[in-house]
Amino acid sequence: MKKLLLAALVSIVVAGAAPILLPRVDGALADNAVTEIKIDNFSFTPANATVPVGSQVRWVNRDDIPHTVASDDGLFKSKALDTDDQFTYSFTKPGTYRYFCSLHPKMTGTIVVK
Amino acid sequence: MDHGKNDEILHDHNHDGIDRRGFLKCMAWAGTGALCLIQGGVLQSYSLSRLPELKEKDARAELSFVQISDSHMGFNKAANTDVVGTFKAAIDKINALPSPPAFMLHTGDVSHLSRPEEFDTVQQMLKSASAKDVFYVPGEHDVIDDDGQQFRERFGKGSQGAGWYSFDKKGVRFIGLVNVMNLKAGGLGNLGREQLEWLEKDVKHLSKSTPIVVFAHIPLWTIYPDWGWGTEDSAQALSYLKHFGSVTVLNGHIHQIMQKVEGNITFHTAASTAFPQPKPGAAPSPGPMKVPAEQLRGLLGITNVNYRRGRHGLAVVDSSLG
Repeated sequence: MKKLLLAALVSIVVAGAAPILLPRVDGALADNAVTEIKIDNFSFTPANATVPVGSQVRWVNRDDIPHTVASDDGLFKSKALDTDDQFTYSFTKPGTYRYFCSLHPKMTGTIVVK
Repeated sequence: MDHGKNDEILHDHNHDGIDRRGFLKCMAWAGTGALCLIQGGVLQSYSLSRLPELKEKDARAELSFVQISDSHMGFNKAANTDVVGTFKAAIDKINALPSPPAFMLHTGDVSHLSRPEEFDTVQQMLKSASAKDVFYVPGEHDVIDDDGQQFRERFGKGSQGAGWYSFDKKGVRFIGLVNVMNLKAGGLGNLGREQLEWLEKDVKHLSKSTPIVVFAHIPLWTIYPDWGWGTEDSAQALSYLKHFGSVTVLNGHIHQIMQKVEGNITFHTAASTAFPQPKPGAAPSPGPMKVPAEQLRGLLGITNVNYRRGRHGLAVVDSSLG
């Protein structure tokens, strides 16, 4: 994986692409690009998260009961997530995105994209 | 536990036939099996162990039916790894009732994940029950990912809107409501304007002496809003029923027995056949409650409801599977 990644970077540099922000090549790339929100005890943790534009948010269900992730305005909605299932969404525009579990609507959260 | 012989109402300060102490006793027993009869406006409670003392004519009903709830077919987590086994035990319990029920109500969460094979299993298993007809209303687990389309195709033939309907049995009006659709962020269960309008019309021309049984998944009384245990617009629905002499509201969703009497309305929630949930606020969340294996069946159960013409209300009897 490291080799592939380096090869890709080198090839882009060689091709004279626009300036690249070099990521750390210790395997932390994926972790930096994705914000994870845990679903546990019928709540989203953290319930409020701020992420940079263009980043991904991943919800992982750690409860014994299925949940969903549904934006209040219908922009995104996951399928039912059973235990350990996950849902990822990419936020490409700045804004405040409120969401809830459509099965247990008392469960709410907010993503602020800056 | 010895329930003793002093089960008669001792005090009736409000002259409404319901002594608070007697009623609370009756509620407390519900979990272990109790029969609560409202006879001529007077609430009587008997533990199941005293049922033989009831005169036969008092116990005989013109209409007897069973409520089952929250079978969560497909659930396989630690709280119960054998929901098929406990559902089978519930059917055995139904088949062992002294008078066979005329039909069954299933108050939702038939399936755990709305999967066809989960619905299939429940339908197949119920064929071995002594009562053949089953009337269903969906729980939130039955309408996942398709707004309840599959559920309506299977169980909602002839129903209105999101799947609500009514029918008559022996002069009792049964009304199945759907309060698990279009839930709003931060909110509770929801009936919606269209369904409320239908309900108002449905009961408008009924005689006020018609006994009413309303059944829906999420409780139609507010039990614990922090966990979503209530329905946003239930007060509006109940306002259409306030002039009727006898209204019985049967719900599921909270996987435990609770009962409340408010004016002419008796509210009752049934146990699940799959797994118990904690008492309101007694745990960090309402998730499935893990109990020692030998205690599980004592916390699951079925509900048998009996009606006799001329009686003030319906008798609701809970029996655990244990």
